[in-house]
Amino acid sequence: MNMDTNAIYVLWLRDVKRFVRAKSRVIGTLMFPLFFMVGFGLGFNNLVHIGNSSYLEYLVPGVIGMSLLFTAIASGTAVLWDRQFGFLKEILVTPNSRTAVVIGRVAGGATTAVLQSILVVAIAIPLGFTLSSNASLLIAVLFMLLIATTFISLGLIFGSVINDFQGFQLITSFFTFPLFFLSNAIFPMSGMPAIVQYLSYVNPLTYGVDGLRGALTGSASMPLVLDAAVLLVASAIMILIAAYAFEKTEVG
Amino acid sequence: MSDMIEVNKLRREFGTLKAVDGISFKVKEGEIFGLLGPNGAGKTTTIKMLTTILPPTSGNAKVAGFDIKKDQNSVRRSIGIIFQDPSLDEELTGRENLEFHAILYKMGDEQRTEKINSVLKLVELEDKADVLVKNYSGGMKRRLEIGRGLLHEPKVLFLDEPTIGLDPQTRRHMWNYIQKLNAMHNVTLILTTHYIEEADFLCNRVAFVDHGKIVALGTPTELKNTLGGDVVSVKTENSDLLEKGLSGKGWIHHMKKHDGFIDLSVKEGEKKIPEVVMIAQNVNAEIESISLHKPSLEDVFLHYTGKTIREEEGSWKDTMRSRIVRRNR
Ligand SMILES: Nc1ncnc2c1ncn2[C@@H]1O[C@H](COP(=O)(O)OP(=O)(O)O)[C@@H](O)[C@H]1O
Ligand SMILES: [Mg+2]
Repeated sequence: MNMDTNAIYVLWLRDVKRFVRAKSRVIGTLMFPLFFMVGFGLGFNNLVHIGNSSYLEYLVPGVIGMSLLFTAIASGTAVLWDRQFGFLKEILVTPNSRTAVVIGRVAGGATTAVLQSILVVAIAIPLGFTLSSNASLLIAVLFMLLIATTFISLGLIFGSVINDFQGFQLITSFFTFPLFFLSNAIFPMSGMPAIVQYLSYVNPLTYGVDGLRGALTGSASMPLVLDAAVLLVASAIMILIAAYAFEKTEVG
Repeated sequence: MSDMIEVNKLRREFGTLKAVDGISFKVKEGEIFGLLGPNGAGKTTTIKMLTTILPPTSGNAKVAGFDIKKDQNSVRRSIGIIFQDPSLDEELTGRENLEFHAILYKMGDEQRTEKINSVLKLVELEDKADVLVKNYSGGMKRRLEIGRGLLHEPKVLFLDEPTIGLDPQTRRHMWNYIQKLNAMHNVTLILTTHYIEEADFLCNRVAFVDHGKIVALGTPTELKNTLGGDVVSVKTENSDLLEKGLSGKGWIHHMKKHDGFIDLSVKEGEKKIPEVVMIAQNVNAEIESISLHKPSLEDVFLHYTGKTIREEEGSWKDTMRSRIVRRNR
């Protein structure tokens, strides 16, 4: 198959340009993680210890996972906006495969989501968060990419299938909050009922946050290779479904 | 000259609605071909099918020699389109919109810069090229869209209502671009419009579209000649009486009654006015006004469909308003 790399590049570039230009929007998306880290992280830091880590150390990777999840899924609205403002037609009438369009979107969304996550790490350091090593940030970026890819694809699936903004909001929050709470993002699953624990193990976010934790603080509860493998499979499956859903979408 | 577009019994249904109801026509290379019809006639749906963004329910077409169902990518490489509704990324600058388009059409770096500059010049947006599109006026956005449609030098360019929502002066300007384009680059143009003057002024041949069907097709002159002479338009409250009085007169080629008017197609209309007035007196029909004009495409449209395109203007205003609102976001 011809991969239409030019289309992938354009859609990636478009997301990056928009991200760089929308400074106020970027600052806005950092607020939520900041409040979380200050409110819960500092608040519980002296009360709660998880394993050998302080609660802030435990929480920061979780907050990164959370903000990746939320921004990634919401990025599916880009499809709705493009349909609304007609740019979708412009893209789809060009001689490029729709799969290339999906890959370009995922690449662009993942790039900006990772940039945002790195900013979250940067905010966490003055709050008392310590990186286990500088090189560990590289492994963390890999996990950020995989988490972003998985959930951007999910957002794109919703964006392709749902035509109105309210419907999109409704359906995505129906998925986002369970994905968030049925994960190890803000507290360990070990104290939870068995059913919740099982559910958390079919949730890609659990592996993503565990991987981030391993990379950033060196205290993962599963082997990093397992975390990476599960996420790799999850993201591949999600991209395929997104490509299929986008193939079927009507231009309007 | 060869056929650039060949449309064969193309149909598209939306549920039970037959938006396009089996239309066939051909467009020659280098021609400016127009689809003229009121709002909802099925023009946009036809264009969407010919540009591969909407699959037909049945029938088929070839564009630049390629099958629109089987060879979509080749069709897409050969065409450009200016959509009826806005289709720019307003968060990008004008130049960026053009750059992205050029990359999507796999144009090389050098060729790209050169073509972008020449297109910006053509649509007179050189000094606004690096401004975000959301700060453009409606006319500037439309010009940018036209420039973008040309950028990759398509063999066939589709223009769906190219001048909708523009002020008359900008519209004139746009007509000039379109003609220049056709003359300089020998691009085959297929445009839709509900503006009579636009079709008359620009098109080599025009197809009248109504309720998803082509009701007449020809050069503007041919179409006007079908009425046979001048149009005498009589306004009267007693149009039924007058119609009865006039019926059967051999010198009347066609007669059409519409909203308080009776339109007569006659040769040498100025000489027939006295006779019409006399007949009206005989049947006791009071004439409010009487006028004479050379037939326009509007008269021809009325002749074929029993209604004028302008009768639909009300709904058009709404469409335009919503378009403008969307453009101003
Ligand atoms: N996606 C769609 N779903 C349902 N009906 C549609 C759709 N697109 C167009 N129509 C209907 O098809 C008819 C033809 O529309 P259109 O092709 O846009 O007409 P025109 O461009 O001549 O104004 C209209 O009645 C319109 O409401
Ligand atoms: Mg239309």
